[in-house]
Amino acid sequence: MSNVFIALQTNEETRPIVEAIMIDNPHAVVKREPAMIKIDAPGQMIVRKETIEGLVGRTFDLQEMHIHLITLSGNVDETDDSLTLTWNN
Amino acid sequence: MDTQVTKKKLGLKERYKLLTRDLGWEPTHHTRDEIYPYVKYEGIKIHDWDKWEDPFRLTMDAYWKYQAEKERKFYAIIDAHAQNNGHLNLTDARYLTAIKIFLQAISPGEYAASKGFARMGREFGGVGTQVACQMQALDEIRHAQTQIHAISNYNKYYNGFHAFSDSRDRIWYTSVARSFFDDAMSAGPFEFMIAIGFSFEYVLTNLLFVPFMSGAAYNGDMATVTFGFSAQSDEARHMTLGLECIKFMLEQDPDNLPIVQRWIDKWFWRGMRVLSLVGAMMDYMLPKRVMSWKEAFDIYGVENGGALFNDLARYGITAPKGWDIAAGAIEHMSHQLFLGLYQWSFGTAFHGWIPSDDDMDWLSSKYPTTFDKYYRPRWEHIKKLEAEGTPFKNFGLAKLCQTCQLPTVFTEPGDPTLTCHREVDYKGEKYHFCSDGCKDIFENEPEKYIQSWLPMPALFSELGGDIGAWMDWVGLRNGIDNGDYVGSQDQVNFDKWRGMATSNK
Repeated sequence: MSNVFIALQTNEETRPIVEAIMIDNPHAVVKREPAMIKIDAPGQMIVRKETIEGLVGRTFDLQEMHIHLITLSGNVDETDDSLTLTWNN
Repeated sequence: MDTQVTKKKLGLKERYKLLTRDLGWEPTHHTRDEIYPYVKYEGIKIHDWDKWEDPFRLTMDAYWKYQAEKERKFYAIIDAHAQNNGHLNLTDARYLTAIKIFLQAISPGEYAASKGFARMGREFGGVGTQVACQMQALDEIRHAQTQIHAISNYNKYYNGFHAFSDSRDRIWYTSVARSFFDDAMSAGPFEFMIAIGFSFEYVLTNLLFVPFMSGAAYNGDMATVTFGFSAQSDEARHMTLGLECIKFMLEQDPDNLPIVQRWIDKWFWRGMRVLSLVGAMMDYMLPKRVMSWKEAFDIYGVENGGALFNDLARYGITAPKGWDIAAGAIEHMSHQLFLGLYQWSFGTAFHGWIPSDDDMDWLSSKYPTTFDKYYRPRWEHIKKLEAEGTPFKNFGLAKLCQTCQLPTVFTEPGDPTLTCHREVDYKGEKYHFCSDGCKDIFENEPEKYIQSWLPMPALFSELGGDIGAWMDWVGLRNGIDNGDYVGSQDQVNFDKWRGMATSNK
């Protein structure tokens, strides 16, 4: 199964996002590189608004991620509540 | 008492639909064919434009909000860089060679992409596509501007940055990237989307902006990391647009498949050739390296590209034609190109150098089966010639490939000791190519590529072969911008100024 991935800048605002991704995707693997964090997961990865909000203690608009996003891989499906990356193979 | 009714807030999908829908009125004064004259001539059949939706569903208000925030972050860091001796915090000034190539070859490409997307936003018939292309046109001009602005801080102190727009138009190695964009911009709208949306965004930018920018961070270049990551934060959206475009074409009509496959084959190969510059940047120009070119390609080319092509297999798409040849060439391309750049350093607006023993040990650890066998002996020989006072310099002109415009320095598939060279006779002229991939591209559209502007013939047609006049014309100051890094003004100044910055002398 192919890996989907998401890469975010290393900064204070992405710390809870990364944490939330790891809670919701226990099969994912985090790689910390200079100035960036890359998270790989086989097949699918979901980023949930609710989990991030629980960690940051405020409302969080998933589109705020655009500010910190470096790259991603997979077919994207975004709603108000979640962003899902999927490879259909 | 009246019951207060809270109106249900609209969801993301509904908001996006409402905020784009009204742009899509049915025209009555002119036919759709008159309004969108280029949509059909490539042979792509579209039945329902509404099936194209931007999966990020970014509306214009949200777009401006987040882009403004990116700009504020960017300028805060660029100011800090300028205020805090950012130009002296690098690992070494030779690192800036990579940034010179970036400014001369890549940033003008961002500007070309902006022009291209502005045109495509006008030429596509669907609302979702028009909005996404408009946003990307704005993104790309932002990238060109922020890159030029960030790098201008280095222009105050170092050579080779001052004439990037002349370099872009006239010097030889920049024409690799220039011809890539010219080729895309002079294609039809759907081919442009495969060229830029798929090849440049999906295949190229991941390799250029992700591991390379991480490398810039490692080398203390705060300015480049900042513009790189700021640009790349838009690229996730661009890549998604490119992927959506491919899926859209394939889903609309089965007749589109062979056309799309041919474009994928063509633009994958063109992208690989542009990437040879990035390979040389990663393996040779970063004094401190995050990963080798090969390791980066394994992650973002083989693994990620493989995942994409497996995903597209359900539509009948196969991996691009040159895929296996490219995979075999990964071990060699950065070494072969840097050897070329070193020997022709009289004609480059950046410096060349012989890799140090440490550099070579690192390269052999990253390329254990090839570097010591094929490339170390050449560098050792070049080092010996240098020590004997007869440096290995080539004052001849490189023979350029008619398609990708790189010098024909690459080797035959399967034999890294034999230079690959192909020729085609067309209408009484002989054309040269670096590979079967580039030859195939030419043969499919010869009337397009015989019109290519090539820098070496231009030296004769425009300047009568006068190298001095050519240097003036391309903005290259002989003995200052070009030649060896060792002993250059850049090296001398960096060492002197860094000494001044860290002591009270």
